[in-house]
Amino acid sequence: MPRNLPAHHRRGDGLARAGRAVRLVLLSALALLFLLPFYLLVRNGLSSEADITSPEWTFFPGELHWGNIRELFEDPDVPMAHALLNSSLIAVLTTLGTLLLASLAGYGLARIPYRHANLVFYWILGTLMVPAAVTFVPSFVLVSSLGWISTLRGLVVPTLFQAVAAFIFRQYFLGFPRELEDAARVDGLGYWRTYWRVVVPNSRPVFAAVGTIVFIGAWNSFLWPLVIGQDREAWTVQVALSTFTTAQSVNIHELFVAAAVSIVPLLVVFLVLQRYIVAGVERSGIDD
Amino acid sequence: MRGAAPHQKSPTRRSRFGRQNRTLWFWVFVGPFVLGLTLFTYVPLAWSAYLSFFDAHNTVSPTEFVGFDNYTAMLRDDAFTDSLLTFLVFTAFIVPATYVLSLSLALMVNRLRWAQAFFRSVFFLPVACSYVVAALIWKMSIFNGVRFGLANTVLGWFGADQIAWLSTTDPPWYWLVIVTVRLWLQAGFYMVLFLAGLQRIPPRLYEAAAVDGARPGWQVFRHITFPQLRATSVAVVLLLVINAFQAFDEFYNLLSDSRGYPPYARPPLVYLYYTALGQGQNLGLGSAGAVILALIIAVVTVAQARWFGLGRKED
Repeated sequence: MPRNLPAHHRRGDGLARAGRAVRLVLLSALALLFLLPFYLLVRNGLSSEADITSPEWTFFPGELHWGNIRELFEDPDVPMAHALLNSSLIAVLTTLGTLLLASLAGYGLARIPYRHANLVFYWILGTLMVPAAVTFVPSFVLVSSLGWISTLRGLVVPTLFQAVAAFIFRQYFLGFPRELEDAARVDGLGYWRTYWRVVVPNSRPVFAAVGTIVFIGAWNSFLWPLVIGQDREAWTVQVALSTFTTAQSVNIHELFVAAAVSIVPLLVVFLVLQRYIVAGVERSGIDD
Repeated sequence: MRGAAPHQKSPTRRSRFGRQNRTLWFWVFVGPFVLGLTLFTYVPLAWSAYLSFFDAHNTVSPTEFVGFDNYTAMLRDDAFTDSLLTFLVFTAFIVPATYVLSLSLALMVNRLRWAQAFFRSVFFLPVACSYVVAALIWKMSIFNGVRFGLANTVLGWFGADQIAWLSTTDPPWYWLVIVTVRLWLQAGFYMVLFLAGLQRIPPRLYEAAAVDGARPGWQVFRHITFPQLRATSVAVVLLLVINAFQAFDEFYNLLSDSRGYPPYARPPLVYLYYTALGQGQNLGLGSAGAVILALIIAVVTVAQARWFGLGRKED
C-alpha cells in the first residue's frame, strides 16, 4: 500500500470492508444458483418417479434410490451402456487424432521454412470464418456419399481437422525455445526426430490443454452425432439422452440418472485436469 | 540471448535441410491436416454450392439444373427469414447478458483474497455439462410447465399462477428458458477469459490511479480496467456472436418433441436441419440455405474484425 493515501481512501476503509462483505454474499448466492442444476440432476436421478412428480416440491427426496442406476443399465429399451462406449471411443479417438494432426501442422507452420507457408496458413484460417456447424448439410452430403453414415469413421474422421487447434499449436511453437531444437540438430536429428524426441516431450502442458478442451467438445457434441449416428447402434450418450427427452419415452427418474451418469466422466476429467482446461480456454480465446 | 541467428546456414545444416528437403518436410507435417481440412470443409462447401443450383430431393447427384431458384425460394420463405430474425433476437439477448455476467463474475472473483480457486471452479463447472443435459434439466425440472417444476413451485409460494414456460408465446416465456440455459453453460468459460485479461493489466496502472486520486470502484473500472480489457472484450463478443449463430443444441432439445418443432424460436440451423434432413430431404434447398448462412457469417466475422481493428499487428 502506498504511504500517503488521499483522505477519501482512509475514510473508505469501512466502506471497503462492507463492499467486500457484499461481494462475498453475492458471489456465494450466485455459486449456489450455479450449483443448483447439478443438484437437481442428482436429486431427480436418485428419486422415485412419485417423489419427482409429487405436487409438493421437496428439496430432499424421501429416500435415495440407488437402485435407479441398476434399473438404467438393465432397461433393454435404453441402450445406455452401448452409448457410453460409443461416446468414449469417439471422444478418445477424436482427441488423439486432433492432437496428432493439429500439432504436426502447427509445428510445420511455425518452424519449417517454406515459400508458400503463409498461403497455407490463410487456407487453414479461412475455415475459422465458416464454423463446422454451419456446413453440416454439405458435410452430411459428403459423408453419406462415402457410405459413412452410422459408422465410427463417419463420426470421428470429419471432426479431426480443427483449425483452432492447429492455430493454438502454431502460436505455441513460435515461442518454443530454439536452443533445444538447435541442440538436437547438432546431434544430427532431422525435423521428424527433433519433433518427437525434443519438442513433444517438452510441450506436455499445451498438449494437455488442447487435449482436454477437444475431449470435452467431443464428448458433448450433439449436432454431428445426431446427423451421422442415425442407427440406434451408433448413438452417442448425447443423442440417446436427446431422443429420450424429446420423445418423452422414458421415465423422468431414469432420464435424470442417465444424464447424471453421462456427466461423470467429464466431471472426473474436469476436476483432475482443471488447470490444463483453464489454460486451454485462455489459449483458445486469444484471437491474434 | 541466442548466439546464432535462427536461419543461419552452417555447412551441416545446408546439406541436411536443403530447400528441397524442407519443402518435403513441410508437407509431411502440414499435409495431412490441410488435406483433411480441404476434404471435409472446402469440398463439402463447394459441393453444396453446386447442389444449391439443382433440384436435389433425396439425392446428392442431381440432374435438373434450376439456377437461382433454390436461393429465391429460400429468401422468400418466411420460415427462413424468420429464423434469421430469431437469431437476431437471440443474439440481442444472449451477447450482452453473457458479457455482463461473465465480466462481473471475473471482477468479483479476481478481487477475492481467499477461496478464489473455489469460486472460479464453481462458475466454470457448467462448461463440463453438455447442452443436451442442461436442456434436459431446464425442460424437465426447472421450467417444467406442470406443478412440480421448480420455477412454478416458487411462483406458487407467491400465489402466482403456473406458467407453461416453453409453450407460451404471449408473452414469449420460452426466451427466458433458452437464454438462461446458455448463460449458465457459457458464463464460466468467458469469465476465465476475462480473468486472464485482468491478470495481464500491469498493477502500476492502479497504483498511478490511486496516486492521482481516482476513487476505487467505478472510476478505476471506467478509466483503467475496461480500456485495458479491450482485446479480451473484442474476442469475447466475436466468439459470442459466432456461437449464437450456430445455436442448435438447446433449441432442439428444449422445444422439439415427437410431433416435431414448434413454429416459433427456430434459429437458422434448426430450420436447415428440418429442411435438409427432415422428411423432404431437400438437399438443394438445404444447400442454398447453408451457402447463405456461410456467407452471412463470413461477412459478419470480417465486418466485426474490421470494426474492432483486428488483424492489425499489435506487437
